[in-house]
Amino acid sequence: MTDTDTVNQLVDHFFRHESGKLVSLLTRVFGLHHLDLVEDVVQSAMLQALETWKLQGVPRDPAGWMYRVARNKALDLVRRRHVADRLASEFVRYQAGSLDRQHAFDHLFLDREMQDSQLRMMFACCHPDLPAESQIALTLKILCGLSTLEIARALLTTEANIKKRIARAKRKFAAQEVRFEVPTGGALKRRLASVYAVLYLLFNEGYNSSHPSELIRRDLCEEAIRLCTLLLDHPMGTNPQTPALLALMLFHAARFDARFDTDGGILLLEEQDRSRWNTERIARAAFYLGASAAGETASRYHLEAGIAAHHALAPSFADTDWAAILRLYDWLIRMHPSPVYDLNRAIVVAQIAGPDAGIAAIEAATRLEALKHYHLLDATLGELHLRAGRPERARAHFRAAMKGTLSQAEQRLLARKLTDCDTVPATRTKEGHHAHGRGHAAGVSAGSHHHTTPARAGAQ
Amino acid sequence: MNPPQKGDAMSEYMYLFRGGEIPVAQRSAENMQAHLQKWRDWIQALSQQGTFITGQPLQTGGQVVAGSAKVITDGPFAEGKEIVGGYLIVRAADLAEAVEMSKGCPIFEHGGSVEVRAIQPFPL
Repeated sequence: MTDTDTVNQLVDHFFRHESGKLVSLLTRVFGLHHLDLVEDVVQSAMLQALETWKLQGVPRDPAGWMYRVARNKALDLVRRRHVADRLASEFVRYQAGSLDRQHAFDHLFLDREMQDSQLRMMFACCHPDLPAESQIALTLKILCGLSTLEIARALLTTEANIKKRIARAKRKFAAQEVRFEVPTGGALKRRLASVYAVLYLLFNEGYNSSHPSELIRRDLCEEAIRLCTLLLDHPMGTNPQTPALLALMLFHAARFDARFDTDGGILLLEEQDRSRWNTERIARAAFYLGASAAGETASRYHLEAGIAAHHALAPSFADTDWAAILRLYDWLIRMHPSPVYDLNRAIVVAQIAGPDAGIAAIEAATRLEALKHYHLLDATLGELHLRAGRPERARAHFRAAMKGTLSQAEQRLLARKLTDCDTVPATRTKEGHHAHGRGHAAGVSAGSHHHTTPARAGAQ
Repeated sequence: MNPPQKGDAMSEYMYLFRGGEIPVAQRSAENMQAHLQKWRDWIQALSQQGTFITGQPLQTGGQVVAGSAKVITDGPFAEGKEIVGGYLIVRAADLAEAVEMSKGCPIFEHGGSVEVRAIQPFPL
Protein backbone atom coordinates (compact mmCIF):
# COMPACT_ATOMS: atom_id res chain seq x y z
CA MET A 1 0.00 0.00 0.00
CA THR A 2 2.86 2.39 0.67
CA ASP A 3 4.18 2.10 -2.84
CA THR A 4 4.92 5.76 -3.27
CA ASP A 5 6.32 5.25 -6.74
CA THR A 6 2.80 4.95 -8.01
CA VAL A 7 1.29 8.20 -9.09
CA ASN A 8 -1.00 8.31 -6.07
CA GLN A 9 -3.33 10.79 -7.59
CA LEU A 10 -7.08 10.66 -7.68
CA VAL A 11 -8.99 11.86 -10.68
CA ASP A 12 -10.30 15.40 -10.41
CA HIS A 13 -13.31 15.73 -8.13
CA PHE A 14 -13.13 12.05 -7.11
CA PHE A 15 -14.42 12.78 -3.58
CA ARG A 16 -17.18 14.99 -4.89
CA HIS A 17 -18.46 12.49 -7.38
CA GLU A 18 -18.12 9.52 -5.04
CA SER A 19 -19.99 11.42 -2.39
CA GLY A 20 -22.91 11.92 -4.81
CA LYS A 21 -22.89 8.23 -5.67
CA LEU A 22 -22.65 7.01 -2.08
CA VAL A 23 -25.34 9.35 -0.79
CA SER A 24 -27.66 8.12 -3.56
CA LEU A 25 -26.86 4.49 -2.84
CA LEU A 26 -27.32 4.76 0.93
CA THR A 27 -30.56 6.65 0.45
CA ARG A 28 -31.90 3.49 -1.17
CA VAL A 29 -31.24 1.81 2.19
CA PHE A 30 -32.25 4.49 4.66
CA GLY A 31 -34.86 6.42 2.69
CA LEU A 32 -35.00 10.09 1.77
CA HIS A 33 -36.33 10.93 5.22
CA HIS A 34 -32.89 9.97 6.63
CA LEU A 35 -30.90 12.10 4.21
CA ASP A 36 -29.04 13.96 6.97
CA LEU A 37 -27.91 10.70 8.51
CA VAL A 38 -26.80 9.38 5.13
CA GLU A 39 -24.79 12.53 4.45
CA ASP A 40 -23.07 12.13 7.82
CA VAL A 41 -22.11 8.54 7.04
CA VAL A 42 -20.67 9.54 3.68
CA GLN A 43 -18.76 12.47 5.10
CA SER A 44 -17.24 10.32 7.79
CA ALA A 45 -16.21 7.74 5.15
CA MET A 46 -14.49 10.49 3.16
CA LEU A 47 -12.74 11.70 6.31
CA GLN A 48 -11.50 8.19 7.02
CA ALA A 49 -10.23 7.91 3.46
CA LEU A 50 -8.37 11.19 3.88
CA GLU A 51 -6.81 10.19 7.19
CA THR A 52 -5.75 6.75 5.92
CA TRP A 53 -4.65 7.59 2.40
CA LYS A 54 -2.60 10.60 3.34
CA LEU A 55 0.02 8.33 4.93
CA GLN A 56 -0.60 4.96 3.26
CA GLY A 57 -1.30 6.05 -0.26
CA VAL A 58 -4.38 5.69 -2.38
CA PRO A 59 -5.54 2.06 -2.75
CA ARG A 60 -5.88 0.47 -6.17
CA ASP A 61 -9.68 0.68 -6.08
CA PRO A 62 -10.38 3.86 -4.12
CA ALA A 63 -14.11 3.86 -4.93
CA GLY A 64 -14.48 0.29 -3.66
CA TRP A 65 -12.47 1.11 -0.55
CA MET A 66 -14.66 4.09 0.27
CA TYR A 67 -17.80 2.12 -0.45
CA ARG A 68 -16.78 -0.63 2.00
CA VAL A 69 -16.06 1.90 4.72
CA ALA A 70 -19.41 3.63 4.16
CA ARG A 71 -21.20 0.28 4.06
CA ASN A 72 -19.69 -0.83 7.37
CA LYS A 73 -20.57 2.44 9.03
CA ALA A 74 -24.10 2.08 7.69
CA LEU A 75 -24.34 -1.54 8.89
CA ASP A 76 -23.31 -0.34 12.34
CA LEU A 77 -26.18 2.11 12.26
CA VAL A 78 -28.63 -0.52 11.05
CA ARG A 79 -27.69 -2.79 13.95
CA ARG A 80 -29.03 -0.18 16.31
CA ARG A 81 -32.69 -1.09 16.42
CA HIS A 82 -34.14 2.38 16.44
CA VAL A 83 -32.69 3.05 13.03
CA ALA A 84 -33.38 -0.41 11.66
CA ASP A 85 -37.06 0.04 12.38
CA ARG A 86 -37.20 3.01 10.11
CA LEU A 87 -35.21 1.71 7.14
CA ALA A 88 -36.71 2.28 3.73
CA SER A 89 -39.41 -0.32 3.41
CA GLU A 90 -38.25 -1.20 -0.08
CA PHE A 91 -34.81 -2.14 1.21
CA VAL A 92 -36.18 -4.15 4.11
CA ARG A 93 -38.30 -6.22 1.72
CA TYR A 94 -35.39 -6.62 -0.60
CA GLN A 95 -32.96 -7.61 2.09
CA ALA A 96 -35.38 -10.15 3.57
CA GLY A 97 -35.13 -12.08 0.31
CA SER A 98 -31.36 -12.02 0.08
CA LEU A 99 -28.73 -13.75 2.19
CA ASP A 100 -27.93 -10.94 4.56
CA ARG A 101 -27.75 -7.23 4.87
CA GLN A 102 -24.20 -6.97 3.63
CA HIS A 103 -25.14 -8.85 0.51
CA ALA A 104 -28.10 -6.56 0.01
CA PHE A 105 -25.81 -3.53 0.35
CA ASP A 106 -23.26 -4.96 -2.05
CA HIS A 107 -25.92 -5.61 -4.62
CA LEU A 108 -26.68 -1.89 -4.65
CA PHE A 109 -23.03 -1.18 -5.40
CA LEU A 110 -23.29 -2.86 -8.80
CA ASP A 111 -22.88 -0.37 -11.64
CA ARG A 112 -26.42 -0.74 -12.86
CA GLU A 113 -27.96 -0.22 -9.41
CA MET A 114 -25.58 2.63 -8.68
CA GLN A 115 -26.74 4.41 -11.80
CA ASP A 116 -30.34 3.75 -10.86
CA SER A 117 -29.76 5.21 -7.38
CA GLN A 118 -28.27 8.37 -8.80
CA LEU A 119 -31.15 8.77 -11.18
CA ARG A 120 -33.66 8.36 -8.36
CA MET A 121 -31.74 11.05 -6.49
CA MET A 122 -31.82 13.31 -9.53
CA PHE A 123 -35.58 12.87 -9.80
CA ALA A 124 -36.00 13.51 -6.06
CA CYS A 125 -33.87 16.69 -6.10
CA CYS A 126 -35.78 18.00 -9.12
CA HIS A 127 -39.18 17.10 -7.73
CA PRO A 128 -41.70 19.63 -9.06
CA ASP A 129 -43.16 20.13 -5.57
CA LEU A 130 -39.85 21.63 -4.42
CA PRO A 131 -39.28 25.34 -5.02
CA ALA A 132 -37.12 25.88 -8.14
CA GLU A 133 -34.33 27.50 -6.14
CA SER A 134 -34.24 24.53 -3.79
CA GLN A 135 -33.98 22.09 -6.69
CA ILE A 136 -30.76 23.51 -8.04
CA ALA A 137 -29.14 23.95 -4.61
CA LEU A 138 -30.09 20.42 -3.62
CA THR A 139 -28.76 18.93 -6.85
CA LEU A 140 -25.44 20.65 -6.29
CA LYS A 141 -25.30 19.56 -2.66
CA ILE A 142 -26.34 15.94 -2.98
CA LEU A 143 -25.41 14.81 -6.47
CA CYS A 144 -22.42 17.03 -7.10
CA GLY A 145 -21.06 16.94 -3.54
CA LEU A 146 -20.66 20.69 -3.16
CA SER A 147 -20.72 22.28 0.30
CA THR A 148 -23.26 24.99 1.10
CA LEU A 149 -20.49 27.58 1.00
CA GLU A 150 -19.37 26.41 -2.43
CA ILE A 151 -22.96 26.50 -3.70
CA ALA A 152 -23.42 29.99 -2.32
CA ARG A 153 -20.32 31.13 -4.21
CA ALA A 154 -21.48 29.43 -7.38
CA LEU A 155 -24.98 30.89 -7.25
CA LEU A 156 -23.80 34.30 -6.03
CA THR A 157 -25.81 34.31 -2.83
CA THR A 158 -25.18 33.85 0.89
CA GLU A 159 -24.52 30.55 2.60
CA ALA A 160 -27.46 31.20 4.96
CA ASN A 161 -29.69 31.50 1.94
CA ILE A 162 -28.51 28.19 0.50
CA LYS A 163 -28.96 26.47 3.86
CA LYS A 164 -32.51 27.76 3.96
CA ARG A 165 -33.26 26.47 0.47
CA ILE A 166 -31.86 23.05 1.29
CA ALA A 167 -33.63 22.86 4.64
CA ARG A 168 -36.93 23.63 2.94
CA ALA A 169 -36.47 20.68 0.60
CA LYS A 170 -35.32 18.36 3.37
CA ARG A 171 -38.41 19.12 5.40
CA LYS A 172 -40.47 17.74 2.53
CA PHE A 173 -38.22 14.69 2.43
CA ALA A 174 -38.48 14.21 6.18
CA ALA A 175 -42.25 14.34 5.95
CA GLN A 176 -41.96 11.57 3.36
CA GLU A 177 -43.75 13.69 0.76
CA VAL A 178 -41.29 12.72 -1.97
CA ARG A 179 -40.79 9.12 -2.99
CA PHE A 180 -37.31 7.89 -3.82
CA GLU A 181 -38.09 6.29 -7.14
CA VAL A 182 -37.98 6.74 -10.87
CA PRO A 183 -41.55 7.57 -11.83
CA THR A 184 -43.25 5.81 -14.73
CA GLY A 185 -45.74 6.72 -17.44
CA GLY A 186 -46.98 10.29 -17.65
CA ALA A 187 -45.36 11.15 -14.32
CA LEU A 188 -41.95 10.26 -15.78
CA LYS A 189 -42.44 12.69 -18.64
CA ARG A 190 -43.38 15.54 -16.32
CA ARG A 191 -40.51 14.75 -13.99
CA LEU A 192 -38.04 14.61 -16.86
CA ALA A 193 -39.13 18.10 -17.90
CA SER A 194 -38.31 19.28 -14.40
CA VAL A 195 -34.89 17.54 -14.47
CA TYR A 196 -34.09 19.11 -17.86
CA ALA A 197 -34.98 22.54 -16.53
CA VAL A 198 -32.63 22.14 -13.55
CA LEU A 199 -29.73 20.83 -15.66
CA TYR A 200 -30.27 23.62 -18.17
CA LEU A 201 -30.22 26.24 -15.43
CA LEU A 202 -27.17 24.67 -13.85
CA PHE A 203 -25.33 24.85 -17.15
CA ASN A 204 -26.42 28.44 -17.74
CA GLU A 205 -25.31 29.49 -14.27
CA GLY A 206 -21.90 28.29 -15.29
CA TYR A 207 -21.87 29.56 -18.84
CA ASN A 208 -23.15 33.00 -17.94
CA SER A 209 -20.16 35.26 -18.18
CA SER A 210 -21.28 37.51 -15.32
CA HIS A 211 -19.77 35.27 -12.68
CA PRO A 212 -16.54 36.60 -11.18
CA SER A 213 -14.83 33.20 -10.99
CA GLU A 214 -13.96 31.29 -14.13
CA LEU A 215 -13.18 28.10 -12.21
CA ILE A 216 -16.55 27.80 -10.51
CA ARG A 217 -18.37 28.48 -13.74
CA ARG A 218 -16.55 25.70 -15.55
CA ASP A 219 -17.32 23.29 -12.72
CA LEU A 220 -21.04 23.99 -12.95
CA CYS A 221 -21.02 23.37 -16.69
CA GLU A 222 -19.07 20.14 -16.32
CA GLU A 223 -21.46 18.93 -13.62
CA ALA A 224 -24.48 19.68 -15.79
CA ILE A 225 -22.87 17.72 -18.64
CA ARG A 226 -22.02 14.82 -16.33
CA LEU A 227 -25.56 14.56 -14.93
CA CYS A 228 -27.08 14.86 -18.39
CA THR A 229 -24.82 12.03 -19.60
CA LEU A 230 -25.94 9.94 -16.64
CA LEU A 231 -29.53 10.52 -17.68
CA LEU A 232 -28.75 9.63 -21.29
CA ASP A 233 -27.16 6.34 -20.29
CA HIS A 234 -30.23 5.20 -18.37
CA PRO A 235 -33.22 3.60 -20.12
CA MET A 236 -35.51 6.02 -18.27
CA GLY A 237 -33.76 8.95 -19.89
CA THR A 238 -34.72 7.65 -23.33
CA ASN A 239 -36.39 10.75 -24.60
CA PRO A 240 -35.23 12.80 -27.62
CA GLN A 241 -34.88 15.84 -25.37
CA THR A 242 -32.03 14.23 -23.41
CA PRO A 243 -29.53 14.07 -26.31
CA ALA A 244 -30.78 17.48 -27.50
CA LEU A 245 -29.96 19.06 -24.14
CA LEU A 246 -26.59 17.31 -24.00
CA ALA A 247 -25.78 18.48 -27.55
CA LEU A 248 -26.69 22.03 -26.59
CA MET A 249 -24.34 21.93 -23.59
CA LEU A 250 -21.48 20.35 -25.51
CA PHE A 251 -21.65 22.82 -28.41
CA HIS A 252 -21.31 25.68 -25.93
CA ALA A 253 -18.75 24.01 -23.71
CA ALA A 254 -16.59 23.37 -26.79
CA ARG A 255 -15.95 27.11 -26.93
CA PHE A 256 -14.91 27.49 -23.30
CA ASP A 257 -11.18 27.90 -23.85
CA ALA A 258 -11.57 30.25 -26.79
CA ARG A 259 -13.81 32.72 -24.97
CA PHE A 260 -10.96 34.37 -23.10
CA ASP A 261 -7.59 35.80 -24.06
CA THR A 262 -4.44 35.02 -22.09
CA ASP A 263 -5.20 37.84 -19.64
CA GLY A 264 -8.69 36.56 -18.95
CA GLY A 265 -10.31 39.19 -21.16
CA ILE A 266 -13.52 38.22 -22.96
CA LEU A 267 -13.20 37.48 -26.64
CA LEU A 268 -16.38 38.02 -28.62
CA LEU A 269 -17.62 35.31 -30.92
CA GLU A 270 -16.14 36.98 -33.99
CA GLU A 271 -12.79 37.49 -32.25
CA GLN A 272 -12.41 33.90 -31.13
CA ASP A 273 -9.74 31.68 -32.59
CA ARG A 274 -11.87 28.84 -33.92
CA SER A 275 -8.91 26.48 -33.91
CA ARG A 276 -9.14 26.63 -30.11
CA TRP A 277 -12.65 25.25 -30.11
CA ASN A 278 -12.78 21.71 -28.84
CA THR A 279 -13.45 19.68 -31.97
CA GLU A 280 -13.94 16.45 -30.05
CA ARG A 281 -16.78 18.06 -28.12
CA ILE A 282 -18.28 19.56 -31.24
CA ALA A 283 -18.23 16.13 -32.88
CA ARG A 284 -19.93 14.56 -29.85
CA ALA A 285 -22.49 17.36 -29.80
CA ALA A 286 -23.24 16.84 -33.49
CA PHE A 287 -23.66 13.12 -32.84
CA TYR A 288 -26.16 13.70 -30.02
CA LEU A 289 -28.01 16.33 -32.02
CA GLY A 290 -28.41 13.69 -34.73
CA ALA A 291 -29.58 11.18 -32.15
CA SER A 292 -32.13 13.67 -30.83
CA ALA A 293 -33.87 13.92 -34.19
CA ALA A 294 -36.43 11.29 -33.23
CA GLY A 295 -40.03 11.63 -32.25
CA GLU A 296 -42.68 14.04 -33.39
CA THR A 297 -41.82 17.32 -31.75
CA ALA A 298 -38.82 19.59 -31.48
CA SER A 299 -38.27 20.96 -27.98
CA ARG A 300 -36.63 24.25 -27.10
CA TYR A 301 -33.49 22.24 -26.39
CA HIS A 302 -33.54 20.94 -29.96
CA LEU A 303 -33.88 24.45 -31.34
CA GLU A 304 -31.22 25.94 -29.09
CA ALA A 305 -28.88 23.07 -29.93
CA GLY A 306 -29.59 23.75 -33.61
CA ILE A 307 -28.62 27.39 -33.19
CA ALA A 308 -25.48 26.43 -31.27
CA ALA A 309 -24.64 23.92 -34.02
CA HIS A 310 -24.78 26.61 -36.71
CA HIS A 311 -22.25 28.65 -34.74
CA ALA A 312 -20.00 25.74 -33.86
CA LEU A 313 -19.93 24.30 -37.36
CA ALA A 314 -19.56 27.58 -39.30
CA PRO A 315 -16.09 27.86 -40.86
CA SER A 316 -15.87 31.51 -39.86
CA PHE A 317 -17.93 34.27 -38.31
CA ALA A 318 -18.64 35.81 -41.72
CA ASP A 319 -19.70 32.46 -43.17
CA THR A 320 -22.28 31.81 -40.45
CA ASP A 321 -25.73 31.00 -41.78
CA TRP A 322 -27.50 33.89 -40.06
CA ALA A 323 -30.72 33.39 -42.00
CA ALA A 324 -31.03 29.81 -40.74
CA ILE A 325 -30.31 30.98 -37.19
CA LEU A 326 -33.00 33.64 -37.49
CA ARG A 327 -35.55 31.03 -38.59
CA LEU A 328 -34.68 28.90 -35.56
CA TYR A 329 -35.12 31.90 -33.26
CA ASP A 330 -38.50 32.68 -34.78
CA TRP A 331 -39.58 29.11 -34.17
CA LEU A 332 -38.17 29.15 -30.65
CA ILE A 333 -39.96 32.39 -29.76
CA ARG A 334 -43.29 31.05 -31.06
CA MET A 335 -42.84 27.98 -28.89
CA HIS A 336 -41.32 29.60 -25.84
CA PRO A 337 -41.68 33.39 -25.70
CA SER A 338 -38.85 34.92 -23.69
CA PRO A 339 -37.28 38.37 -23.61
CA VAL A 340 -33.81 36.83 -23.68
CA TYR A 341 -34.61 35.03 -26.92
CA ASP A 342 -36.00 38.35 -28.27
CA LEU A 343 -32.70 40.03 -27.50
CA ASN A 344 -30.64 37.31 -29.13
CA ARG A 345 -32.91 37.35 -32.17
CA ALA A 346 -32.39 41.12 -32.51
CA ILE A 347 -28.63 40.54 -32.57
CA VAL A 348 -29.10 38.11 -35.45
CA VAL A 349 -31.35 40.63 -37.26
CA ALA A 350 -28.55 43.20 -36.94
CA GLN A 351 -26.17 40.65 -38.43
CA ILE A 352 -28.38 40.26 -41.48
CA ALA A 353 -29.88 43.73 -41.99
CA GLY A 354 -27.55 46.08 -40.13
CA PRO A 355 -27.46 47.72 -36.69
CA ASP A 356 -30.51 49.93 -37.13
CA ALA A 357 -32.65 46.93 -38.03
CA GLY A 358 -31.35 45.27 -34.85
CA ILE A 359 -32.27 48.31 -32.76
CA ALA A 360 -35.70 48.37 -34.38
CA ALA A 361 -36.16 44.69 -33.50
CA ILE A 362 -35.30 45.45 -29.89
CA GLU A 363 -37.74 48.33 -29.79
CA ALA A 364 -40.46 46.19 -31.35
CA ALA A 365 -40.06 43.44 -28.77
CA THR A 366 -42.35 44.64 -25.97
CA ARG A 367 -41.29 41.77 -23.75
CA LEU A 368 -37.86 43.37 -23.56
CA GLU A 369 -39.33 45.87 -21.10
CA ALA A 370 -38.79 43.09 -18.60
CA LEU A 371 -35.04 43.26 -19.25
CA LYS A 372 -34.76 47.00 -18.66
CA HIS A 373 -31.99 46.49 -16.11
CA TYR A 374 -30.32 43.55 -17.78
CA HIS A 375 -26.76 44.61 -18.56
CA LEU A 376 -26.58 42.58 -21.75
CA LEU A 377 -29.50 44.57 -23.18
CA ASP A 378 -27.56 47.80 -22.65
CA ALA A 379 -24.37 46.21 -23.92
CA THR A 380 -26.14 45.11 -27.10
CA LEU A 381 -27.74 48.51 -27.66
CA GLY A 382 -24.35 50.13 -27.10
CA GLU A 383 -22.74 47.87 -29.67
CA LEU A 384 -25.48 48.49 -32.24
CA HIS A 385 -25.36 52.28 -31.80
CA LEU A 386 -21.58 52.14 -32.04
CA ARG A 387 -21.80 50.24 -35.30
CA ALA A 388 -24.41 52.68 -36.59
CA GLY A 389 -21.93 55.52 -35.98
CA ARG A 390 -23.58 57.05 -32.92
CA PRO A 391 -20.81 56.92 -30.31
CA GLU A 392 -22.63 59.26 -27.88
CA ARG A 393 -25.63 56.97 -27.49
CA ALA A 394 -23.40 53.92 -27.49
CA ARG A 395 -21.37 55.36 -24.63
CA ALA A 396 -24.46 55.92 -22.48
CA HIS A 397 -25.53 52.30 -22.96
CA PHE A 398 -22.08 50.87 -22.27
CA ARG A 399 -21.89 52.90 -19.04
CA ALA A 400 -25.30 51.62 -17.97
CA ALA A 401 -24.18 48.06 -18.74
CA MET A 402 -21.07 48.52 -16.60
CA LYS A 403 -23.24 49.31 -13.62
CA GLY A 404 -25.10 46.04 -14.11
CA THR A 405 -22.30 43.50 -13.92
CA LEU A 406 -19.98 42.24 -11.19
CA SER A 407 -17.73 40.42 -13.58
CA GLN A 408 -14.32 42.00 -14.01
CA ALA A 409 -13.96 40.43 -17.42
CA GLU A 410 -17.20 42.03 -18.56
CA GLN A 411 -16.15 45.35 -17.03
CA ARG A 412 -12.96 45.24 -19.02
CA LEU A 413 -14.75 44.38 -22.23
CA LEU A 414 -17.15 47.28 -21.71
CA ALA A 415 -14.23 49.62 -20.97
CA ARG A 416 -12.68 48.47 -24.23
CA LYS A 417 -15.96 49.26 -25.99
CA LEU A 418 -16.00 52.74 -24.42
CA THR A 419 -12.56 53.38 -25.90
CA ASP A 420 -13.93 52.25 -29.24
CA CYS A 421 -16.57 54.95 -28.89
CA ASP A 422 -13.83 57.58 -28.74
CA THR A 423 -12.14 56.35 -31.88
CA VAL A 424 -15.18 55.56 -33.94
CA PRO A 425 -15.27 58.65 -36.19
CA ALA A 426 -11.57 58.24 -36.99
CA THR A 427 -11.72 54.55 -37.88
CA ARG A 428 -15.08 54.51 -39.58
CA THR A 429 -13.74 54.47 -43.08
CA LYS A 430 -10.86 52.14 -42.40
CA GLU A 431 -10.95 48.42 -42.67
CA GLY A 432 -10.04 47.01 -39.32
CA HIS A 433 -11.02 45.72 -35.98
CA HIS A 434 -13.55 48.41 -35.20
CA ALA A 435 -15.02 48.68 -38.64
CA HIS A 436 -18.67 47.94 -38.82
CA GLY A 437 -20.89 46.45 -41.39
CA ARG A 438 -21.54 42.92 -42.50
CA GLY A 439 -19.92 40.19 -40.55
CA HIS A 440 -19.19 42.22 -37.48
CA ALA A 441 -19.48 41.35 -33.85
CA ALA A 442 -22.74 40.27 -32.42
CA GLY A 443 -22.43 42.58 -29.45
CA VAL A 444 -21.03 42.22 -26.00
CA SER A 445 -23.40 39.38 -25.31
CA ALA A 446 -21.56 37.29 -27.86
CA GLY A 447 -19.53 35.89 -24.97
CA SER A 448 -22.66 34.04 -23.99
CA HIS A 449 -24.15 34.65 -27.39
CA HIS A 450 -27.40 32.90 -28.11
CA HIS A 451 -27.26 31.44 -24.72
CA THR A 452 -30.10 32.39 -22.57
CA THR A 453 -31.26 32.27 -19.05
CA PRO A 454 -35.01 32.41 -19.47
CA ALA A 455 -35.81 31.61 -15.87
CA ARG A 456 -33.69 34.48 -14.69
CA ALA A 457 -35.12 36.82 -17.30
CA GLY A 458 -38.62 35.61 -16.62
CA ALA A 459 -38.20 36.51 -12.97
CA GLN A 460 -37.73 40.17 -13.77
CA MET B 1 12.27 2.49 -10.23
CA ASN B 2 14.41 2.92 -7.14
CA PRO B 3 14.61 6.33 -5.55
CA PRO B 4 18.13 7.58 -4.98
CA GLN B 5 19.35 6.50 -1.53
CA LYS B 6 21.43 8.68 0.71
CA GLY B 7 24.64 7.38 2.22
CA ASP B 8 25.39 5.55 5.45
CA ALA B 9 26.01 8.74 7.37
CA MET B 10 22.24 9.16 7.51
CA SER B 11 20.13 8.42 10.57
CA GLU B 12 16.46 7.60 10.80
CA TYR B 13 13.94 9.93 12.32
CA MET B 14 10.33 9.47 13.27
CA TYR B 15 7.66 12.13 12.72
CA LEU B 16 4.78 11.81 15.18
CA PHE B 17 1.67 13.60 13.93
CA ARG B 18 -0.83 15.20 16.27
CA GLY B 19 -4.03 17.08 15.40
CA GLY B 20 -4.35 18.94 12.12
CA GLU B 21 -7.79 17.67 11.12
CA ILE B 22 -9.75 19.86 8.73
CA PRO B 23 -12.28 21.90 10.77
CA VAL B 24 -15.86 20.67 10.42
CA ALA B 25 -17.05 23.74 8.52
CA GLN B 26 -14.36 23.23 5.88
CA ARG B 27 -14.93 19.51 5.29
CA SER B 28 -16.28 19.75 1.78
CA ALA B 29 -15.44 16.92 -0.59
CA GLU B 30 -13.29 19.24 -2.66
CA ASN B 31 -11.35 20.59 0.34
CA MET B 32 -10.75 17.10 1.70
CA GLN B 33 -9.44 15.87 -1.62
CA ALA B 34 -7.23 18.92 -2.04
CA HIS B 35 -5.79 18.39 1.45
CA LEU B 36 -5.18 14.70 0.73
CA GLN B 37 -3.38 15.66 -2.45
CA LYS B 38 -1.04 17.96 -0.49
CA TRP B 39 -0.05 15.07 1.78
CA ARG B 40 0.56 12.81 -1.21
CA ASP B 41 2.63 15.50 -2.92
CA TRP B 42 4.71 16.05 0.21
CA ILE B 43 5.40 12.34 0.69
CA GLN B 44 6.09 11.95 -3.02
CA ALA B 45 8.68 14.73 -2.76
CA LEU B 46 10.34 12.97 0.21
CA SER B 47 10.39 9.72 -1.77
CA GLN B 48 12.01 11.36 -4.73
CA GLN B 49 14.75 12.73 -2.46
CA GLY B 50 15.23 9.19 -1.16
CA THR B 51 14.44 10.23 2.40
CA PHE B 52 11.04 8.57 2.88
CA ILE B 53 11.06 5.13 4.55
CA THR B 54 7.54 4.35 5.71
CA GLY B 55 4.41 5.81 7.27
CA GLN B 56 1.20 4.59 8.84
CA PRO B 57 -1.95 6.20 10.21
CA LEU B 58 -3.24 5.13 13.64
CA GLN B 59 -6.90 4.54 14.34
CA THR B 60 -8.51 6.56 17.06
CA GLY B 61 -9.39 4.76 20.27
CA GLY B 62 -7.41 1.80 21.59
CA GLN B 63 -6.57 0.81 25.14
CA VAL B 64 -3.88 1.56 27.67
CA VAL B 65 -2.39 -1.18 29.84
CA ALA B 66 -0.61 0.16 32.93
CA GLY B 67 0.97 -0.80 36.22
CA SER B 68 2.00 -4.10 37.71
CA ALA B 69 -1.72 -4.89 38.00
CA LYS B 70 -1.94 -4.38 34.23
CA VAL B 71 -4.98 -2.18 34.53
CA ILE B 72 -6.65 -1.71 31.20
CA THR B 73 -8.29 1.61 30.38
CA ASP B 74 -10.05 2.68 27.19
CA GLY B 75 -8.85 5.51 25.05
CA PRO B 76 -9.05 8.25 24.14
CA PHE B 77 -6.44 8.89 26.76
CA ALA B 78 -5.70 12.50 26.00
CA GLU B 79 -7.14 15.62 24.45
CA GLY B 80 -7.85 15.30 20.72
CA LYS B 81 -4.93 17.48 19.81
CA GLU B 82 -2.55 15.35 21.86
CA ILE B 83 -3.43 12.03 20.29
CA VAL B 84 -0.87 10.67 17.88
CA GLY B 85 -2.74 10.20 14.61
CA GLY B 86 0.05 8.63 12.62
CA TYR B 87 3.77 8.44 12.05
CA LEU B 88 6.32 8.61 9.29
CA ILE B 89 9.96 7.47 9.22
CA VAL B 90 12.50 9.41 7.20
CA ARG B 91 16.21 9.38 6.61
CA ALA B 92 18.18 12.57 7.34
CA ALA B 93 21.75 13.69 8.04
CA ASP B 94 20.88 15.10 11.44
CA LEU B 95 18.00 16.35 13.58
CA ALA B 96 18.19 19.84 12.09
CA GLU B 97 17.73 18.44 8.59
CA ALA B 98 14.86 16.19 9.70
CA VAL B 99 13.16 19.18 11.33
CA GLU B 100 13.65 21.27 8.21
CA MET B 101 12.12 18.54 6.05
CA SER B 102 9.06 18.34 8.29
CA LYS B 103 8.20 21.96 7.60
CA GLY B 104 6.64 21.04 4.27
CA CYS B 105 4.03 18.89 6.01
CA PRO B 106 0.43 19.98 5.32
CA ILE B 107 -0.55 19.19 8.93
CA PHE B 108 0.39 22.76 9.88
CA GLU B 109 -2.42 24.17 7.72
CA HIS B 110 -4.97 23.16 10.33
CA GLY B 111 -3.05 23.67 13.54
CA GLY B 112 -1.46 20.24 13.85
CA SER B 113 2.05 19.47 15.09
CA VAL B 114 4.94 17.21 14.19
CA GLU B 115 7.22 15.79 16.87
CA VAL B 116 10.58 14.87 15.34
CA ARG B 117 12.54 12.14 17.14
CA ALA B 118 15.75 10.36 16.24
CA ILE B 119 15.40 6.58 16.19
CA GLN B 120 18.04 4.97 18.38
CA PRO B 121 20.37 3.14 15.98
CA PHE B 122 21.00 -0.56 16.51
CA PRO B 123 24.52 -0.93 17.97
CA LEU B 124 26.86 -2.89 15.70
